[in-house]
Amino acid sequence: MSYSDKVIDHYNNPRNVGSMDKSSADVGTGLVGAPECGDVMKLQIKVNRETNVIEEAKFKTFGCGSAIASSSLATEWVKGKTVDEALAIKNMDIVKELSLPPVKIHCSVLAEDAIRAAIGDWKKKQASAQPVGAAVMQ
Amino acid sequence: MSTDVKVPQQLPATHHAAPQGVKLPIYMDNHATTPMDPRVLEEMLPYFMEKFGNAASRNHSFGWAGEEGVETARERIAKLIGATTKEIIFTSGATESDNLAIKGVAEMYREKGNHIITAVTEHKAVLDTCKRLEKYGYRVTYMPVQKDGLVDLEDLKRAMDDKTILVTIMAANNEIGVVQPFAEIGKLCRERGIIFHTDATQAVGKIPIDVNKQNIDLMSISGHKMYGPKGVGALYVRRKNPRVQISAIIDGGGHERGMRSGTLNVPGIVGLGKACAIASEEMSREAVQLAGLRDRLRDRIMSRLDETYINGSMEHRLPGNLNISFAYVEGESLLMGINDIAVSSGSACTSATLEPSYVLKALGTGDDLAHSSIRFGIGRFNTAAEVDYVADRVIETVERLRELSPLYEMAKEGINLKDVKWAGEAH
Repeated sequence: MSYSDKVIDHYNNPRNVGSMDKSSADVGTGLVGAPECGDVMKLQIKVNRETNVIEEAKFKTFGCGSAIASSSLATEWVKGKTVDEALAIKNMDIVKELSLPPVKIHCSVLAEDAIRAAIGDWKKKQASAQPVGAAVMQ
Repeated sequence: MSTDVKVPQQLPATHHAAPQGVKLPIYMDNHATTPMDPRVLEEMLPYFMEKFGNAASRNHSFGWAGEEGVETARERIAKLIGATTKEIIFTSGATESDNLAIKGVAEMYREKGNHIITAVTEHKAVLDTCKRLEKYGYRVTYMPVQKDGLVDLEDLKRAMDDKTILVTIMAANNEIGVVQPFAEIGKLCRERGIIFHTDATQAVGKIPIDVNKQNIDLMSISGHKMYGPKGVGALYVRRKNPRVQISAIIDGGGHERGMRSGTLNVPGIVGLGKACAIASEEMSREAVQLAGLRDRLRDRIMSRLDETYINGSMEHRLPGNLNISFAYVEGESLLMGINDIAVSSGSACTSATLEPSYVLKALGTGDDLAHSSIRFGIGRFNTAAEVDYVADRVIETVERLRELSPLYEMAKEGINLKDVKWAGEAH
């Protein structure tokens, strides 16, 4: 299997590697996959609560070159999008962009799952956070 | 690694500068195959265009020349393993030899019994052959192995019954290099009148083999694993004490004492013979050399990286083999990072079937560490400079990938990964 130039590029120069503060109210963390499967992706987003725009994204991945590239690309793509726009990202978009062969499509699926998991986590945090003053009123 | 159906690794031009005396890319995957020794090639060449006769053409000098090349090869192979020339049958390779040995015994001794014993860590050429025999009504016991990869002799004794006609256990494993106690296994079999076959593909020419001292009845040999040509191998078939008979699986003319029909691959056979002759001369010295290089590789890597684990017994192991798991780093991504070096991995991602190595699984290695494993196969033509370069590249790539790894991060935070509820676990 030859890797596409884009996969190699993401592997050699991964974008947005790192971690954000999990406990921050503006950060959504998605952790998907499992070590026994050979694929674990952690994708984090920092969302502007007024505009719902994803201002920052970081990732870390345990997985093959295609998995690393898929998650790196995912962080690139979600940055600057609103949360709803990010939810529209489909794994086949990743497959096309990175020219992933059929045997590696599941890596793109996991990246899509990671985006959704991060957004889901952020949304949960927003829902449980009361508007200012509401908790005080009885 | 489901070894032989591997997705090939890409080796593009690298941006890493090679140090003095190191030519890139480096080949360190000598369990997959070996480069041909120039002396073997030289020995083979006359048999393509000058001495090209069919070895079975009994009536002219072209045939005799071919026959002579074949018989010399037969002697050389027999000498390496302590056999007689009449006990060497030529085949297309060890896969065919395994098929011939196992199916050949199964058919020939069907009246005596239908039970075969093998081990879970065998090569697919043995396992798949056994699976086929199960379809034909044979009973197969796939013995487990211990954590170090070795078969337990007591377990083996218990598995044997009065219908057992064959035990087939490899001399040395292709993934983890572990050497089985095959002399003792052979002795157990001999005591019970059970035929013992060993797939010695990875062992011949690397560790001493003596079919009599080690109680071997049938043995598979491969050319391309010992600096000889691909497409040729041999099967040792014992003639005395006891005499072992096998049914042929290929019909058509009765060549090789009726056991393997088909025109002999004379150049290939000549090459295999020469490879064995070289091994007879050089094996002891070479084993010391390879073990030295392998230990150098191991020590250099393990002194600089933590959480690295050797898979399989170090004590009972081929001198050139090293199989290490690098926790928190996936194997294929590691291979990608050392793309000027040819090695292989037990990761599912490197297998065409997306299954992690069944050999590592059999050792009880968790799937996560199986995915993180790399197999190094040091061979005749590797140098100390290459070993140092490989070690350094592995170290730097593992360090880089650990920075990218959420598992490494979690481990450093003190989280026990075994306690985590993984999202992807339900499968």
